[in-house]
Amino acid sequence: MTENENTMKLPDEQGHYGPYGGKFVPETLMPALSELELVYTQACADPNFWEQFNALCRDYIGRPTPLYHAQKLSQKLCGAQILLKREDLAHTGAHKINNTLGQGLLALRMGKRRIIAETGAGQHGVAVATVCAMLGLDCVVYMGEEDIQRQSLNVFRMKLLGAEVRSVSSGSRTLKDAINESIRDWVTNVRTTHYLLGSVVGPHPYPMIVRDFQSIIGKETREQLIEAHGRLPDCIVACVGGGSNAIGIFHSFIREPGVKLIGVEAGGLGLGKGEHAAPLVAGDPGVLHGAKSYLLQDEHGQVRDTRSIAPGLDYPGVGPEHSYYKDTGRISYVAVTDDQALEGFKLLATTEGIIPALEPAHAVYHASQIAPEMGKDKLMVVNLSGRGDKDISIAAEVLGMSL
Amino acid sequence: MSSIKDIFNKKGHKALIAYLTVGYPSVEATLEMVPLIASSGCDLVELGIPFSDPLADGTTIQRASYHALQQGTTPELCLEVAQKLSAEVGIPLVFMTYFNPVHRYGLDAFCRDCALAGISGLIVPDLPPEEGAELEEISRSHGIDLIYLLAPTSTDERIALVAERSRGFIYLVSLTGVTGARDTLPQELESFVSTVRKRARQPLCVGFGISTADLARRAAKVADGVIVGSRLIQLLEEKDPAPKVRSFIESLRSALQIQSMISGTER
Repeated sequence: MTENENTMKLPDEQGHYGPYGGKFVPETLMPALSELELVYTQACADPNFWEQFNALCRDYIGRPTPLYHAQKLSQKLCGAQILLKREDLAHTGAHKINNTLGQGLLALRMGKRRIIAETGAGQHGVAVATVCAMLGLDCVVYMGEEDIQRQSLNVFRMKLLGAEVRSVSSGSRTLKDAINESIRDWVTNVRTTHYLLGSVVGPHPYPMIVRDFQSIIGKETREQLIEAHGRLPDCIVACVGGGSNAIGIFHSFIREPGVKLIGVEAGGLGLGKGEHAAPLVAGDPGVLHGAKSYLLQDEHGQVRDTRSIAPGLDYPGVGPEHSYYKDTGRISYVAVTDDQALEGFKLLATTEGIIPALEPAHAVYHASQIAPEMGKDKLMVVNLSGRGDKDISIAAEVLGMSL
Repeated sequence: MSSIKDIFNKKGHKALIAYLTVGYPSVEATLEMVPLIASSGCDLVELGIPFSDPLADGTTIQRASYHALQQGTTPELCLEVAQKLSAEVGIPLVFMTYFNPVHRYGLDAFCRDCALAGISGLIVPDLPPEEGAELEEISRSHGIDLIYLLAPTSTDERIALVAERSRGFIYLVSLTGVTGARDTLPQELESFVSTVRKRARQPLCVGFGISTADLARRAAKVADGVIVGSRLIQLLEEKDPAPKVRSFIESLRSALQIQSMISGTER
């Protein structure tokens, strides 16, 4: 890492991460983005805001989440000691709640009582519906028709929590189209509505705000490592769809050159076949959903359909900060296929009694491949960003089991 | 290449601007409809280059974009269509598209090819001035106007920013929302236009939601031009659209003319 990188503030004032990021949105939304940025800046400087956020993180989400030494898995792989950051144990079953809590509190500060959100796997939707119920806010969640079918448990949870789930039948009927519809709703209702974006994507200031709220994962991990092992890890592995759990855990270690950071994208059916969701590994720079970033697109700049067994990774774009770190080389990105992710899914269930979501199952699989190449004295952290209950029916179908 | 500013030069004349998605329902239809629209009293045509994720558009233009892409409409094809049309019609043509296809084509190559095809301007709804400096400079060097948008939510500061940088005209989004035919226009339209008028010297054209001669007339009361899109695309979806399109454009033209006369008398 260069000296410049060490001292540089990301993003810059215009919301750029090197050549990436920015605000590529219709004019109607520009004032709302400025308002959000202002309110966030004021909140950052207000100790009461963080006091409230931290208290709710502890009492409502159940933070800090454990850093669990997966000894049996480590022994089986005969390599690095694997530590699981247990975001699956956070309230609602995934890391998404960290950000929804933070943005929910910001919406209150802005006096916006209607919340809209997109969801892919339904984890973000559930986390938004949860926080809205707790804070007394109205909630509408946009979800692709295809995702509604494959994540029906989460659809039910959102409805139970009082949210309205709106089915999106345009385009590929997945996360990308749910974001399009959310933006259209926001353009229409911007004066009364906060768009609670769920990943480190979208126009500035979203990638920054979501990162900051998710960075609690990495801060805790760092403290837990120091306490239990007296040192920083050798490697951290996290799955990347939009990239919020990855940025969340990586952020506290970006300036530690000794810590290798690996982001795992969804390889779908395999990169060669073009049916995947791995923009950092196999895409190139473009503009989607308000930011410049790596993107899966055809030669004419049309956004390509994606494919992944994990709905939360099934997205053609990725956060601009990831794009920046790909170019600088600070974070390495790899892709893991659907079949490999299922192996990771089964591996963790059978060796540790933990059923991961299909999204972090990608990270688990990659960890299982590189751990044996590392010495037993090495420490590798895997961000277990969510639990797998929601994925039981997908997994059963693919694995040929009946429920 | 026809100059955009010329269409606003005739005193008291209100500009009529039409939007069509290239390749919808077919390239042949685009090639047939644009000359027809031009000869029915339209002053400028926006040709939409379809994009896979048109997030500022309502269902009508989403559907048109989707089908146009299914038909294989690419930016290259849109440039070919523009070249044919600009040789045939005497009114300026501008492209409306999202930023990614332009970015992918290459900003300089795109503007160069636009100029060769006789395109006079660009409207890129997801490119605010904050991100537009590069395209502004490149388009200017090729003699093409980059037209920025303002919305009812725009602050005074943003109005000043766009007033300083928009070329050709300023596209005023009539309402907080996406494109699409509507039955009414917001109450605040008049005050929005006059607020912008105080700060901008460019002509002001109002679009989004204008679907009838009545709404066009109301917008033209305060603006220098009106833009119709979704309603026109809906007409293209009907059987035997040519006479319907002609009579729709003519009805808008005469509504604007009546409005110009009334405004003229009031002055």
